[in-house]
Amino acid sequence: MIASATARRRRPPVLPGLPLSLGLASAWLGLIVVVPLAGLLVAGLRVPAAQLVQALADGRARAALALSFGAAGLAAFVNVVFGTLLAWVLVRYRFPGRRLADALVDLPFALPTAVAGIALTALYGPHGWLGAPLGALGLKVAYTRLGIVIALVFVGLPFVVRTVQPVLADLDPELEEAAASLGAGRLRVATAVIAPEVAPAVLTGFTLAFARALGEYGSVIFIAGNLPGRTEIVPLLIVIRLESYDYAGAAALGLVMLAVSLLLLGALNALQRWSQRRAQPAEAGRGA
Amino acid sequence: MSAELAPRRATGEPVWLRRSLLIAALAFLVVFLVLPLAVIFQQAFGSGVGAYLRALGAPEARAALALSLLVAAIVVPLNTVFGVAAAWAVGKFSFRGKAVLVTLFDLPFAVSPVVAGLLFVLLFGRDGLLAPLAAAGGIHVLFALPGIILATLFVTVPFVARELIPLMQAQGREEEEAARMLGASGWRTFRHVTLPNVRWALLYGVVLTAARALGEFGAVSVVSGHIRGETTTLPLEVEMLHAEFRGQEAFAVASLLTLVAVASLVAKHVLERRSPRPPGVARGGPA
Repeated sequence: MIASATARRRRPPVLPGLPLSLGLASAWLGLIVVVPLAGLLVAGLRVPAAQLVQALADGRARAALALSFGAAGLAAFVNVVFGTLLAWVLVRYRFPGRRLADALVDLPFALPTAVAGIALTALYGPHGWLGAPLGALGLKVAYTRLGIVIALVFVGLPFVVRTVQPVLADLDPELEEAAASLGAGRLRVATAVIAPEVAPAVLTGFTLAFARALGEYGSVIFIAGNLPGRTEIVPLLIVIRLESYDYAGAAALGLVMLAVSLLLLGALNALQRWSQRRAQPAEAGRGA
Repeated sequence: MSAELAPRRATGEPVWLRRSLLIAALAFLVVFLVLPLAVIFQQAFGSGVGAYLRALGAPEARAALALSLLVAAIVVPLNTVFGVAAAWAVGKFSFRGKAVLVTLFDLPFAVSPVVAGLLFVLLFGRDGLLAPLAAAGGIHVLFALPGIILATLFVTVPFVARELIPLMQAQGREEEEAARMLGASGWRTFRHVTLPNVRWALLYGVVLTAARALGEFGAVSVVSGHIRGETTTLPLEVEMLHAEFRGQEAFAVASLLTLVAVASLVAKHVLERRSPRPPGVARGGPA
């Protein structure tokens, strides 16, 4: 406090470099991100509205949209359940190999999607380590919708674990002790004390995993089977439209995906502000 | 203070529950993370080391490796320089439109890789906004190196900036102001005060950028045109080998990319020990 007050009195020379660094960063973003996005908007605007609607309303596009949203939602839900469980186990329990398990959680984030795609396909294929026994049970994974969900669970896993983990680690153990000493059982402590604290992080993790799963391409197309109307996701349909030079159809689907991405980004920002507001009083109390 | 030291007493789960939760979590981990990783090497080496080396020595594989390294060598320095510039502006100053700048830096993370590729096809393809410009310059963007570089630049824009911004914000500007008061120039302040403070985060951002530049599939796939030996990066080569039912070769090439991924995980682990994250700043990873 004293140091910063003195500093303020002496009026230190301002740091230089704002115009330069801001100029460079803005120019770069403009070139690499903003102009290309504008290109998509312009391409979308050039297409007559009726044609845009038609491109989205045809059966194949509707099936792809339903599949992409449904599979991404389901996968993100599975990630919430197992990601929260993993975060809990990694933070609260001590067991051999914990550090290795912790490091492995980032694998889906680091592994190129095409590699993940062929690995999952080999694993769940008819002769794969998991595909063969599951097939014997009558459960087909590769080239089905179930395969798509499994690939999306794989790519989304780190998002939930890595958002929930730090919140669990920072949780004040005194809260739980107080609740327990007041007679609350473990289940009640979990639902009444822990759950509200981690809820924003879980929601953030869900949204991140959902956003990632919705746009995912590489890890899905190998295991999906890619049957039009059945196992064809939106990103693949965009690629197919482009390959047949149907730029209007590709742009229509691309615009929908971009709009959803922006909405999800907005939701994430709102979630972050919400959890920061909630965290601030607690932080202030701890600092005192 | 720490949860580790506090006796668990009233706040622990019963032993049977702890054991079940641990087993469920580890089973999930093995099925979803360990087995996919293991299957890559099992498939790559399934026909012996000789076949593995032959697959990597094939001319197409070597051309793909050379192209991927070239793309990374161009993309990584560019996105590092501009990422550091963005972090300096956002981390040390306040200005209007800061939130917009940060959101724009995050945007490529939220956009599907296929949409990223689509952006450049629409920009430089038939009737594209910039197609006349490229044609006037005699540059082929699509189905050529420039398109691959642009798509890779787009998807790797966030990494360096994202690693640096929270850290530089948390560190504030007092040290830099002190250096300035002692007479250091702006550049010297940056080199000797700011850079050492963020070097591990910067290094990790560079590692992430490089790993993604080498491994990007969707965006590059859309703009590359898949010309064997010319516009085929390592991940595209994996895809093409797989489509030709040359599984063992596909996994051999894939194993190279897997090693890069594992190296980036190790880098994260090592760098995290060197510079513990400031409270509230998530390091690495996706979030």
